Amino acid sequence: MRPDAGAAVAGESRRRAALWIAAALPLALLGVLLAFVVWSGPANAVRGEDYPPVERLAFQRVALGPEGITATVLNDGPDPVTIAQVMVDEAYWSFEVKPDRALPHLGRATLTIPYPWVHGEAHALRLVTSTGVTFDHEIAVAVTTPRPDGRFLAAFTLIGVYVGVLPVAIGLLWFPMISRLGHRGLDFLLALTIGLLLFLLVETTHEGLDAAGAVPDSFQGVALFLFGAIAAYLGLEAFGVWLRARRARAPDDARGPGWILALLVAVGIGLHNFAEGLAIGAAFALGEAALGGLLIIGFALHNTTEGLAIVAPLARERVRVGDLVRLGLVGGAPTIAGAWAGGLAYSPVVSVLFLAIGAGAIAQVVQQIARQMAGDRPLARQVIDMPVLGGLCAGFLVMYLTGMLVG
Amino acid sequence: MALFGGRRTTAQSPAHGGHATRGGHLMGAVGRVSTEAFDPTTFLRSWNFSHLAPEERARFYRETKRPDGTLLREYEIFAVDREIEIAPGVFFPAWTYNGQVPGPTLRATQGDRIRVTFVNMGTHPHTIHFHGWHPPEMDGSLPDQQVQPGDRFVYEFDAEPFGLHLYHCHAVPLKRHIHKGLYGVFIIDPPGGRAAADELVMVMNGFDTNFDADNEVYAVNTVAHHHMNEPIRVKVGELVRIYLVNVTEFDLVNSLHIHAVFFDAYRTGTSLALRESTDTIMLCQGERAILETRFRYPGDFMFHAHQSEFAELGWMGLFRAEGARRET
Repeated sequence: MRPDAGAAVAGESRRRAALWIAAALPLALLGVLLAFVVWSGPANAVRGEDYPPVERLAFQRVALGPEGITATVLNDGPDPVTIAQVMVDEAYWSFEVKPDRALPHLGRATLTIPYPWVHGEAHALRLVTSTGVTFDHEIAVAVTTPRPDGRFLAAFTLIGVYVGVLPVAIGLLWFPMISRLGHRGLDFLLALTIGLLLFLLVETTHEGLDAAGAVPDSFQGVALFLFGAIAAYLGLEAFGVWLRARRARAPDDARGPGWILALLVAVGIGLHNFAEGLAIGAAFALGEAALGGLLIIGFALHNTTEGLAIVAPLARERVRVGDLVRLGLVGGAPTIAGAWAGGLAYSPVVSVLFLAIGAGAIAQVVQQIARQMAGDRPLARQVIDMPVLGGLCAGFLVMYLTGMLVG
Repeated sequence: MALFGGRRTTAQSPAHGGHATRGGHLMGAVGRVSTEAFDPTTFLRSWNFSHLAPEERARFYRETKRPDGTLLREYEIFAVDREIEIAPGVFFPAWTYNGQVPGPTLRATQGDRIRVTFVNMGTHPHTIHFHGWHPPEMDGSLPDQQVQPGDRFVYEFDAEPFGLHLYHCHAVPLKRHIHKGLYGVFIIDPPGGRAAADELVMVMNGFDTNFDADNEVYAVNTVAHHHMNEPIRVKVGELVRIYLVNVTEFDLVNSLHIHAVFFDAYRTGTSLALRESTDTIMLCQGERAILETRFRYPGDFMFHAHQSEFAELGWMGLFRAEGARRET
């Protein structure tokens, strides 16, 4: 090695070290600042010595069984909270708490309350902290919380099949019809699909923001929802780019560009259906939904239109039956997984996240279909075409009317 | 209440709800309240600071014979803010007389002279408003009668009429000053006294711990379910006299029901003539009654408000009668 080369290497490593120091110095100073704040407590100057603590408890999951009520709570506030007593229906009741009555910030505890709850009736749970602050949870309809056994999984699988897999599959059977449609008919159908999906998008966003409002403040529900949706949108966009690039490398693949769009629509709808399954499973498990025949009929009708949305981009393609089955499973089967997850381990935060992913995915799919429908024409011109306008309105109307059954 | 008293339920289908099968008292506050600062069992049978050692007691209570044979009774009462434990692990930021809720029980005989030196060591204006005959300047209620923090006032009046009375703060807002703990019992005995008995002071009270104008904790003598763990011991056949006072705020009425026992009730205790014999008595806010009974059977007898809600939120306890069965 030449001497000047050695000097260059030494200079390079010095520059690198300087870069590291430049990056680390502000962090180190931030650490010092935080340590100082913790040590000196400037907030106390405002709060005063005996300022009451800010206590916040959030109920995470309340399960009912033959042994009584089991509740998981989270300390969502900045100060420690100690659970002193438990009231059920305005009676102090015995309870056990694990791991500890005292919960630090974001600490969790599970309470087991041997209360003789009554099937089908409402109960009010109230926690009293050491300072006498109370936190309430209403059990609207008391039913035994399902346990993850075979019977339970089978029941939820069946629900998933009824509201997810079968309706989507039936929707796919419109394929022979749409492959014979003319240009205007196809425009109508694609516009109908966009209408359906826009409706789903609004619905999912509404549910997601509702759920976001219900999660503990620490989890910043609205930000979680919006960024989850944006991430899903961009993720699906990237997935589409990757699919097209892969297809470009495999010219012998007989499937046309419509196949990729259909697959993207199926993935988007599948993600949405996972969130839907999650909601159904949770409602069923928490006893908050009278999951009667009408509700299942409503979801089935609602979701049949999703099958139509998946096959619409394939109108000009030759499609194998195996591919149709695959698309149907991608779109419908996640409902089953969602129902399992919602029924077994419902978490409001996870629910917000999946509603967000569903919303982002649908938005992306809408954008893809609109792009395909528009071709090289400006979209604004497209929308005022009679078949497109009619399709959009028909899409909204179908979803609105079938949605009334789910309501 | 199906689970109370150790009744065991048989296994049912889970579809019919929860049915914890452990026996024993599943209803009730969990844990025990420290009795170091205030022991409800001691409070039951204490008046005129009788629970204190003589030299300590003399700081708060002195009696001097007067020429006519009656007594001058002098009390030192102070108001002070203090956090008290009202249910296991639940601490309430109380306003107290002499650091306890209810405040110390004052007891005199009709015709005695009462002189109470009141010092406000709290953070808000307070007063002592006595029930009983007295001139208006001793009422502790009008705007110019408020005792400011750091100030003192001497209340002086004759004890009359005989009966069961109470005293409480009359600063505004009234609800807050009373439910925060500023109340106590004021007993005036008839001349010559009442028949010898095992006498118990019971104050029905409640605590609004989250300040939503509704009580979270109910009790007799402050501590929720205290006498479920520490039954009140009485003797079979012996006359038991209960001085029952209702100072519950927010709820219009409170009540006492004793299981398997009937008692004679003398409302306000101002007449010696019997008016009522019952096992359940209802009292409005500020109302009180003297109850007398003799237990016939040995064993445990539950007592509680007959408002089930109050009972299950702390206002429930047990008498434990000891001795052989006696006709009464």
